[in-house]
Amino acid sequence: MTAHFVGQYEAFAGNGAAGAPPWLRELRERGIARFSEVGFPSTRSEQWRFTNVQPIAEIAFQRQTVRWETGPAPTGATVLPLSQAVQRQPDLVRAHLARYALVEENPFTALATAFLADGAVVHVRAGAVIEEPIHLTCRIPPGTARPMAHPRLLIVVERGAQVKVVEAYEAAPAGLSLTNAVTEIVLEDGAQLELCREQREGERSYHIATTQSHQGRDSRLVFTTVALGGALVRHDINAVLDGTGAYLILNGLSVLRGHQHVDHHTTIVHAKPHGESHEYFNGVFDGESRGVFNGRIIVRPGAQRTDSKQTNNNLLLSDVARADSQPQLEIYADDVKCTHGSTVGPLDETALFYLKSRGIGAMEARGLLTYGFGADILDRVAIPGARARLDRQIRHRLGVPDIEASAA
Amino acid sequence: MTDRFLLEITDLHASVEGKEILRGVSLQVRTGEVHAVMGPNGSGKSTLAQVLAGHPAYKVTGGSVRYDGKDLLELDPEERAREGVFLAFQYPVAIRGITNSYFLRSAVNAIRKHKGQPELDPLDFLQVLEDKLKAIGWDDSFMNRAVNEGFSGGEKKRNEILQLAVLEPRLAILDETDSGLDIDALKTVAEAVNQLRSPDRSFVVVTHYQRLLNYIVPDYVHVLAEGRIVKSGGKELALTLEEKGYDWVKPEGAAVS
Repeated sequence: MTAHFVGQYEAFAGNGAAGAPPWLRELRERGIARFSEVGFPSTRSEQWRFTNVQPIAEIAFQRQTVRWETGPAPTGATVLPLSQAVQRQPDLVRAHLARYALVEENPFTALATAFLADGAVVHVRAGAVIEEPIHLTCRIPPGTARPMAHPRLLIVVERGAQVKVVEAYEAAPAGLSLTNAVTEIVLEDGAQLELCREQREGERSYHIATTQSHQGRDSRLVFTTVALGGALVRHDINAVLDGTGAYLILNGLSVLRGHQHVDHHTTIVHAKPHGESHEYFNGVFDGESRGVFNGRIIVRPGAQRTDSKQTNNNLLLSDVARADSQPQLEIYADDVKCTHGSTVGPLDETALFYLKSRGIGAMEARGLLTYGFGADILDRVAIPGARARLDRQIRHRLGVPDIEASAA
Repeated sequence: MTDRFLLEITDLHASVEGKEILRGVSLQVRTGEVHAVMGPNGSGKSTLAQVLAGHPAYKVTGGSVRYDGKDLLELDPEERAREGVFLAFQYPVAIRGITNSYFLRSAVNAIRKHKGQPELDPLDFLQVLEDKLKAIGWDDSFMNRAVNEGFSGGEKKRNEILQLAVLEPRLAILDETDSGLDIDALKTVAEAVNQLRSPDRSFVVVTHYQRLLNYIVPDYVHVLAEGRIVKSGGKELALTLEEKGYDWVKPEGAAVS
C-alpha cells in the first residue's frame, strides 16, 4: 500500500520534479523518507482512532498537478505560484516553507512534502493594509482517473500588515480523488490575517489537510473553516501563539449528510504570556454521517495570563448520525483561564416549542434551528463575499429559504 | 366588553410526567379583561400557562378549553399562536444564529399568512417594528442579536413583551413576567404591557407576587392552590393576599386527587 505511493514519488522525482533547487529536493526526500518509514496511520494510533484512512491507502491514486487559481494581487502583496516564488523570493520561501508543518508530525504532511511542487505563496509586506480579500481556489482538473493532488499554501504576513484571504477547495470530478493539502501561515509581530477556508469537494473525494499557523507578538488570526463536501475529511489545525499577546479565533463548521465523515483535530499552543484563543466548532450531522472533534489546548510553562475558550456543539438530525467530541487541556502554567464545553444531541424540544408558540410551523421551526447552528459560525466570518456565499450553500444544503433577507 | 367569553376553561385537569398538577381549573375571560392568576409555588400557575400554549410535555387528562368558540386543546401550538394566543415565557429560550429581527418577521409572516394577508418583506417589517418600538418607548438595540442569546434577565422579558406588541394577540398570557426583574425593569415592562391593553385584547397575568399588579392593575384576581382556583375577586384580593399570605386561602380539607 505504502509502496504504491513511494512508486508515485519515484516517478515524480525522476522527471516532474526536475528544475527544483537542491534544498527543495532535499525537503521532498525527507518527506518520502519519513512516509516510507511510518506509512499510513492506523486507527490504533490515538490521533487517528475515529478516522480510518485504510480506504485511501488501498486506492492506486495517480499524482495530479493542480494550480491555485487567483486574481491579480492587490497592492502591498504578492501572490505567486510556488515555482515562481522559489525563483523570485528564494530567501522568503526557504525561510518558511515546511518549517512549521513538520513531516515528523503527521504521515500525510510527510507525503504532501514529498510531492511538494504545486502551491502558492502569499506575501504581504510590512505595514500594508489590504481591504480586498485575496481569493485562492484549488480545483482538481478532470481527465485523470483517481487523481491525487498536494496543494500547498504559504501565507506570510509581515509586521503590522493586515489581509483577508479565502482558500477554497472546489468540487473535484465525480470520481474518486484525494486532496492532501498543507497550509502554513506566518504572522509576524502585530500582523493580522482573516482566513476563510471553504471545502466543498465531490461525494467521493478524500480530503486530508493540515493548517499550521505561527503567530508573533500581538498578532491576530481569525480562521474559519467550513466543510461541506467530501466522503472523508480529516483536517488538522495546529496553531502556535508564539508571541506575547497573540490573539486567535478559530471557527469551524461541518454540515454533513449521507455517509460523510469529517474529523477536525485542533491543537492550540499557548507558548507566550497574555495570549487569547477562542475556538467555536459547530457540526450538523444528518443521515449516517459522522463528526469527530478533538480540541487540544496546550499552555506551556510561562504562558501566564493565557485566556482560552473552546466550544463544540453538535446537532444530530437523524438517529444514526454520530458525533464524538474530545477536549484535551494540557496546562503547565498556573495563572491561566481555560474553559471548554461541548454538546451532542438532537434539536432542542423547548426551542422548537418556543418557535411554534409564535406561529412558526413545525417544519420551518426545525429548519430555522438547524440553520441557526450554522449561522452561529458564519456570523463570525468578516469577509462579506465569503459570508454570503457560505450562507447560500448552507441554506441550500438544509433546504432553508430566504434567510439572507434577514440581514436587513 | 361583551358577554361572550373569549376563553372558557372548564374543569381542566393536566399532568406532567404522570404527576397531576391541574385538578379541575375553571376560568372565564371576556374580551378586553385582565385576569391575574396568583398562587404559591407549585400551585400549577405555570402549568396552566403552558397548557394553554400547548407545551407537549403537559398532558391534558380532563376538562375543556374553549377559545373564541373553538376547542383550543385540538390545536397545535403554532395554530393557537396564529389564532391569537400568545404566551410570554417565564424562561425565554435562546436561539443561536437567528437574529431577533428575522425570528420576529418569520412569526409575523406565519400569522399574516394564516389570516390571508400578504407577507411582509424586510423593509415593510422594519417599519412595523419601528412603529411598535415607538409605541412602547423602546429602542431596537437587540434586534440584530441572536434571539435571547446572552440577554440579561430584563432583556429577555422585554423581548417577550416586544413579541407581544408585534404579534398583536387577542389573548396574552404572561407567565411570571416579573420574576427576576428589579423594580426599574419591572416598571418598564409593566408600562409597555399597559400600552398594549385594549378593548380587543385579553390578558391572563400569572404571578407569584402582588408587586406586578400595582403596575398592571387587573380586573379580576384568582388564587390557584393545589391545582384549583380556590378564590376569585377584584383587584383588592391581591392586596389582601399580600397582607395575609397564601395560607389564608389554602383549600379546605385535605386535597383530593
